[in-house]
Amino acid sequence: MNFSRMYGLFLRHFFLIKSSFPRILDLIYWPSIQIILWGFISKFFSTYSNYYNNTVGVILTCAILYDFLFRSSISFNMLFLEEIWSRNFTNLFIAPIKISEIIISLVFTALVRTLIGLIPAILLTSPLFGISILNLGIPLLFLFLSLYIFGITLGLFVSAGLLRFGPSFENIAWSSLFLLAPLGCIYYPIEILPNFFQNLARALPLVYIFEEARNILMDNNFDYKNILYAFYLNAIYLIIGIFLFYYSFSEARKKGSLINIGE
Amino acid sequence: MPNSIEVINLSKSYKNKLAVDNINFKVEEDEIIGLLGPNGCGKTTTIAMILGLLKPTIGKILINSKNIEDHRINLLHKMNFISPYIELPKKLTVKQNLIVYGKLYSVKNLSERIEYLSDKLRLNKFLDNITGELSSGQKNRVSLAKSLINDPTILLLDEPTASLDPETGDFVRTFLEAYKDEKKISILLASHNMNEVKRLCSSILMMKNGTIIDQGKPEELIKKHGRKNLEEVFLKLARDKNEF
Repeated sequence: MNFSRMYGLFLRHFFLIKSSFPRILDLIYWPSIQIILWGFISKFFSTYSNYYNNTVGVILTCAILYDFLFRSSISFNMLFLEEIWSRNFTNLFIAPIKISEIIISLVFTALVRTLIGLIPAILLTSPLFGISILNLGIPLLFLFLSLYIFGITLGLFVSAGLLRFGPSFENIAWSSLFLLAPLGCIYYPIEILPNFFQNLARALPLVYIFEEARNILMDNNFDYKNILYAFYLNAIYLIIGIFLFYYSFSEARKKGSLINIGE
Repeated sequence: MPNSIEVINLSKSYKNKLAVDNINFKVEEDEIIGLLGPNGCGKTTTIAMILGLLKPTIGKILINSKNIEDHRINLLHKMNFISPYIELPKKLTVKQNLIVYGKLYSVKNLSERIEYLSDKLRLNKFLDNITGELSSGQKNRVSLAKSLINDPTILLLDEPTASLDPETGDFVRTFLEAYKDEKKISILLASHNMNEVKRLCSSILMMKNGTIIDQGKPEELIKKHGRKNLEEVFLKLARDKNEF
């Protein structure tokens, strides 16, 4: 591992973000809009629904957590897509940077991008709706970490697809999380889903993470089992994601997709 | 150990298509070899394999006597590449791009290196400008600076002066000649500009349909094929169906 090379790749994206106000605004805009939208919906539910009437902010908190997952995954994909759009892909892969260094650098850069977008959104919830996600306490760290690992894992899956299939895989980058959202049981318990989908959903760490978030908010009860199960599933998917990324790079070298990927 | 690129029995096939068919050549230290041939003849595929972007189907490539497949990361530290078909991030300034690539190549004394290349390649006036807003001649010099940021001993050039005006093209050629003489590096140059090839290259490899159909010094090839200049030799070889 070489810190200079990983820092170099971080700088490439940091310079880009730093120099462009519209990019920073774009990073902040969507999470803030999402939070405001779900804030009003949750206010409505807290007023009119028996299920939620003692738990103001459940939906809003889940919206913030889901957005954190969404942003971390999209940020990872965006860093990869930036190289394709700027036709810089070849330059990157002829530099002496290891795949492991690319992954670590993108993981760190994606975190910075995600936080730029999410911190203002979190700060907005308190004055607007009187709710703070920090009420989740210490478990919030585990929830964020678990979501971040899953977001990065999805980013690895999509980036592996981009490496192997080129820009035609771009649409999958945008739609991957929308496909998983209904199964993730973000705003409702798993029992709402039909049996077949419940079985599928149990294979995702999201179900355990959001279940636990609701447990804490509604019952003031923290169950480590859910978090541990989420980490266990995350570890499996992360290993598969890393393997797939390496495999796609190797296949791309055989099939020549690294040469003209930006064209 | 002297710098060199050695290509041994190299082939690359995609499904049923043979892109490069059993080619052999060597670029010695302090030498520029030209790689010529019509579009689709296998030049880019060959360069991509030398850079480790593409895995050969058969054969091997030795960079400074080491196999690129076994020592890819270590050897890439000593190599670099320029092509008008790949670009640097457009939204970054020239200096930011050079910093990023300097870091990616773990360049020591990066500020001094950027200063040196800025002076040599006349980048000082637009070092803080956005790369995407430069003229094609300025962009070309920035790409050249990026390709030299790591002080490479092996340099691969794919049409380095394509779409440049005569003055900028001449500046780039003069710079490359001087740089090669000063640093004693090995250069493989793919180009469609016959005057450029004749001026820079000590020897030429003519490729067609994935194979090397002829090779030699520019003057020798002109004489051998009974033509007036290199362009006519190129046309003869490119059009001659019975040449090999």
